[in-house]
Amino acid sequence: MIVGVLNLQGAVSEHVDMLAQCQVEAKLIKKVGDLTGIDGIIIPGGESTVIYKLLVQEQLLDPLKKLIHAGFPVFGTCAGLVLLTQPKAFGVLKAEVVRNGFGRQKDSFEQAISVAGFDAPFHGVFIRAPYLTAVDESVTVLATIDDDKVIAAQYEHTLVTAFHPELTGDTRFHEKFIRLIEKRQDFFSPNA
Amino acid sequence: MEKGTTLVKRGMAQMQKGGVIMDVANVEQAKIAEAAGAVAVMALERVPSDIRAAGGVARMSDPAMIEQIMAAVTIPVMAKARIGHLVEARVLEAVGVDYIDESEVLTPADDTYHIDKTAFEVPFVCGCRDLGEALRRIGEGASMLRTKGEPGTGNIIEAVRHMEKVNEQIAQVQAAQPNQLMTIARDLRAPYDLVKYVHENGKLPVINFAAGGVSTPADAALMMNLGADGVFVGSGIFHSENPEKFAKAIVAATAHPTDYALIAEVSKNIGKPMKGIEMATLSDDQKMASRGV
Repeated sequence: MIVGVLNLQGAVSEHVDMLAQCQVEAKLIKKVGDLTGIDGIIIPGGESTVIYKLLVQEQLLDPLKKLIHAGFPVFGTCAGLVLLTQPKAFGVLKAEVVRNGFGRQKDSFEQAISVAGFDAPFHGVFIRAPYLTAVDESVTVLATIDDDKVIAAQYEHTLVTAFHPELTGDTRFHEKFIRLIEKRQDFFSPNA
Repeated sequence: MEKGTTLVKRGMAQMQKGGVIMDVANVEQAKIAEAAGAVAVMALERVPSDIRAAGGVARMSDPAMIEQIMAAVTIPVMAKARIGHLVEARVLEAVGVDYIDESEVLTPADDTYHIDKTAFEVPFVCGCRDLGEALRRIGEGASMLRTKGEPGTGNIIEAVRHMEKVNEQIAQVQAAQPNQLMTIARDLRAPYDLVKYVHENGKLPVINFAAGGVSTPADAALMMNLGADGVFVGSGIFHSENPEKFAKAIVAATAHPTDYALIAEVSKNIGKPMKGIEMATLSDDQKMASRGV
């Protein structure tokens, strides 16, 4: 299995390190041609406005959008969540996204989060973090803050967190994503 | 819920990697920078080359001007405090800026001590010319580093020297024997535990941007090739002939530092860069990099 990490701007190497901890090969994605041969892709944290502009400039937005809408596995953290939700970007999650939802950097925080399906709490690192609201019923909510701010969610093969698992060394979200890819591979495999 | 932790302060800088932070002197420039793809803006009344030209004492910018810029853009806003001026830093924290640059571009307020940055919830970036300086600033609580370069000159040579020096010294510390680390810490005048971190990890515990003399797309890509995590551009954008084009081109070159055909493309017909200053023409007291070491 090879997992791509979108390498236009942001915390790229942190995700590569997490994939290495999960013993999965990572491939950096900068151009359309790089998409060949990967089984899923991570959209890292960074400045969503900048990553969006670079996706457009590199003519990566449309091909990647097509792939994702066809069910290609994708995991987005923070800016990745924003881009996967914004209709002008990937628009695959039916929800509204509030950028910098918790405020500026001075309001950035760490907090233990309970996540659906995880036995122990997950240490959430929120940096100028967004959240989701008005989430469609097709989307599975995995974690919330203040009851109504959705901070982790899944829709088919799309997984998003508003916080940064890649800054914690806790690989549970990355493992969850890898299992999503494996399940899809079983489904498409001629031997299945 | 915990705020202002080391993880969220350093993490904020990690999210800026591969990006360009642009100096802006007003709302209009801030909007141009954001539209061009800046990951953050540095709000200051005068860019470094104008500070150089104006002379006198350079201080923190007017908080009202910083607030206007914060209201005008959605990307992070940084601002500069004088080295050692803990009240300017507290004022900037109260205004709510996302990052403080304790900067040699402003006239130092204290020539002995830097600010105790561990006491703040807002993260700090500081300049460095070598590994010892880098680790002293981290020891004081800096969450991000940048080369000092020589601000406002439009001349890349000092930033190149500082980036190469830091990375060379990191490699030396990594290759050293464990019994040599205390002597290395003494010689670098750096905290032992941070020298040990570098030995064990082969890198700094915070990210390190290039700054001080970046003025063209090729300059930005050069610094990325030398191992910078991203780029600050001070005077280089708004003292060029066409700031909008320059800003966009520098963003593209920083994101694709080894795609030379792309850098060639974005460098075409963007007008003249800032004029720049040859180092030999600067006297020692005109150099900003030697402030606050």
